Amino acid sequence: MSFHLSYRAEPGNPWFSWQYVRDNSDTILAALREHASLTGRAVLLAALVALPLAVVAYWYRRLTGPILALTGVLYTIPSLALFAFIAPYLGIGAVTVLTVVVLYALLVIVRNAVAGLNQVPPEVRDAAEGMGYGRWARLFRIDLPLALPGILTGVRLATVSTVALVTVGVVIGRGGLGQLIFAGFQNNFYKAQIMTGTLLCVLLALVLDLILAGVGRLLTPWLRSRPR
Amino acid sequence: MNPVQQAVVWLNDPLNWTNPGGVLDRIGEHLSMSAAAVLLGCLVAWPIGLWLGHSGRGGGAVVLISNLTLSIPTLALLTILPLTFLGFGRPAVVVALAVFAVPPLLANAYTGVRQADPEARDAARGMGLSGWQVLRRVELPLAVPYLAAGFRTAAVQVVATAALASFVNGGGLGQIIRAGFGLDIAAGGGQIIAGGVLVAGLALAAEGVLALVERVATPRPLRRTRRAANRRAADATAGN
Repeated sequence: MSFHLSYRAEPGNPWFSWQYVRDNSDTILAALREHASLTGRAVLLAALVALPLAVVAYWYRRLTGPILALTGVLYTIPSLALFAFIAPYLGIGAVTVLTVVVLYALLVIVRNAVAGLNQVPPEVRDAAEGMGYGRWARLFRIDLPLALPGILTGVRLATVSTVALVTVGVVIGRGGLGQLIFAGFQNNFYKAQIMTGTLLCVLLALVLDLILAGVGRLLTPWLRSRPR
Repeated sequence: MNPVQQAVVWLNDPLNWTNPGGVLDRIGEHLSMSAAAVLLGCLVAWPIGLWLGHSGRGGGAVVLISNLTLSIPTLALLTILPLTFLGFGRPAVVVALAVFAVPPLLANAYTGVRQADPEARDAARGMGLSGWQVLRRVELPLAVPYLAAGFRTAAVQVVATAALASFVNGGGLGQIIRAGFGLDIAAGGGQIIAGGVLVAGLALAAEGVLALVERVATPRPLRRTRRAANRRAADATAGN
């Protein structure tokens, strides 16, 4: 009875192999699931924190400068350094990866949301005020809907970069698909595994981006019906 | 002793700086590979960006390239490129880093030329300048603030990303963090944080120095457009 390892069936070291995908579908799917769930949770958390921050920056003009400057400085700090600062305290695990990627996604969303809110035309704001809108009513019924394209751009950028950033989590062994890529590299430079991980990363980013673009179209019907 | 105290102790040990593979070596590696990557990125992205901007075509391609590289994990390029004809070693790492320098350089070169005052362009044409002369003597000088902003964004991003070269043992300051993680968190916590401080410090220093360079490189009358250029550069790239 011969019992050989599946990757030996294909000679050499191909860049892609269906056989590898078939034989390791469990591992691949687990990595994909972890990657997708980390990304989803990160973007959701980031949006929940970023939007109130952006509104604060929009209402209190004096805080806009400091908030944007702080996000700019944080953004310059390399992801690996952020892992290095956080890991000794939060330990080796998904929480650390989540914290790092949430921080980066947060910055992207805050910057775009502030830009979107600041693009609300002053005439519209004045008109809303003249019609007796209070601060909160104006926020929810005028400012936020008009800033929605900017906010959605931020969320899409944050999602795509988060998908790429999660792979840095391999430094603490929780990189989702990055784990697959890294293991392939260490496992005698197994190209098929590296390529599968990479392709799934790019595909995941593409699919999530398309979904968000679709949601954006549904949420902003007025942008569609504009006469050309 | 908590990790921060450990980090202070680690950073205060002179041998950690001067040993082979110590901090000084790593900073040298980090800066030399970053410089090579940015240079390579400039050589590729600037001519293409300027030419596309001059001919007014390919705006869609510029956006597409930016978005595509945004979704490719750095780890993937760092592991794939050594397995191609580039082979293991410095060239593969430099090319991988250069790929991430291209989008901001390209986008800024393109918008820099596109935003040149159409009247200046028309006037140059009316004076009988050829297309090449218009690009060299009118559009290029007007694009300098954008080129400088793109250079700064790209260089800072490459310095930040170069920390990841340690995943494939490519050297650089990231190596210190990786070695710390290799020790286990209780023993290596100090070294991990010390490495993080060094990596972050280098990135912030690069940002500061290049902000100055950008200011010097931008002719005074054009300094007003600097902020717009920065914003564009920030929009064109996100994620490191």
